[in-house]
Amino acid sequence: MKSLAELKAIREKMQNQVGLRAEDHNHTRVVVGMATCGIAAGARPVLTKLSQEVQERGLTDKVAVTQTGCIGLCQFEPIVEVMVPGEPKVTYIRMDAEKAVEVVNRHLIGGHVVEEYTLSSTDMK
Amino acid sequence: MPELSLNVLDVTENSTRAGAKLVSIRVTADHGSDTLTIQIEDDGCGMTKEQVEQVTDPFFTTRTTRKVGLGIPFYKYAAESTGGSFSIVSEVGKGTTVTAVFGLSHIDRMPLGDISSTIHTLVVYHPETDFVYTYQVDDREFTLDTRELREILEGVPFSEPEVSQYIMEFLTENKSEVDQGVVL
Repeated sequence: MKSLAELKAIREKMQNQVGLRAEDHNHTRVVVGMATCGIAAGARPVLTKLSQEVQERGLTDKVAVTQTGCIGLCQFEPIVEVMVPGEPKVTYIRMDAEKAVEVVNRHLIGGHVVEEYTLSSTDMK
Repeated sequence: MPELSLNVLDVTENSTRAGAKLVSIRVTADHGSDTLTIQIEDDGCGMTKEQVEQVTDPFFTTRTTRKVGLGIPFYKYAAESTGGSFSIVSEVGKGTTVTAVFGLSHIDRMPLGDISSTIHTLVVYHPETDFVYTYQVDDREFTLDTRELREILEGVPFSEPEVSQYIMEFLTENKSEVDQGVVL
């Protein structure tokens, strides 16, 4: 069995560095819909992938990945909203883990919206 | 829902939205009685008797963004179609307990799926809520209690990459020791 002792070691290492990462208004927010509709459509792997990529690419002090409930567009789930401070909200629809990686690379790092995955690229009006 | 662990995620999201401070999730596979039991117990705001009666009706929901609520009906059907049972016990101000029993070897039972990811997602993304998760197969079991983790961490959040990774490893390693790699 994996023990809690290892966690103590991590705590001791981390404790000095914590506090730098508190939520602030300059954060880019990445929000994944996690209601029944989102979960059934595959939101869990999308959330896991996003948070993993954000950690691995060292973006945690700029980007906060969180979750929300149903936003009423169930047919487009899994939905990921990206809110960069000072820019209009971008809604990505029908996401999967691969598209999530692309959004991290092209949007969160590169600064360009991945137009083909957005809600505004569909014909729905 | 293609796997039961997603139902667990879905139902437990409701617990967190009900303002639960503590959620207990217990997954028990018992080959003797050929059952898989999933119990989710919270201390959230609870439901009135009328709400409990209506909650398995797909056309009842308290949300306002849409008119249907399929989470509980899906879950109930998933249990009952395997010869199992489903119950919700709830009291306003006290909390809610959702218990689903599945026929373990029933052909229509969905696989449990990636339950460790479900628990990890819940723990990391709901820092305000404590979780006690127990995974049991016959006479072997392990428990993850976030109150214990919190005590050790002294303020270091679960979302810290190294902590988050530790929690995932704790879940997957201990799970495979309990079920010895058998897929439920």
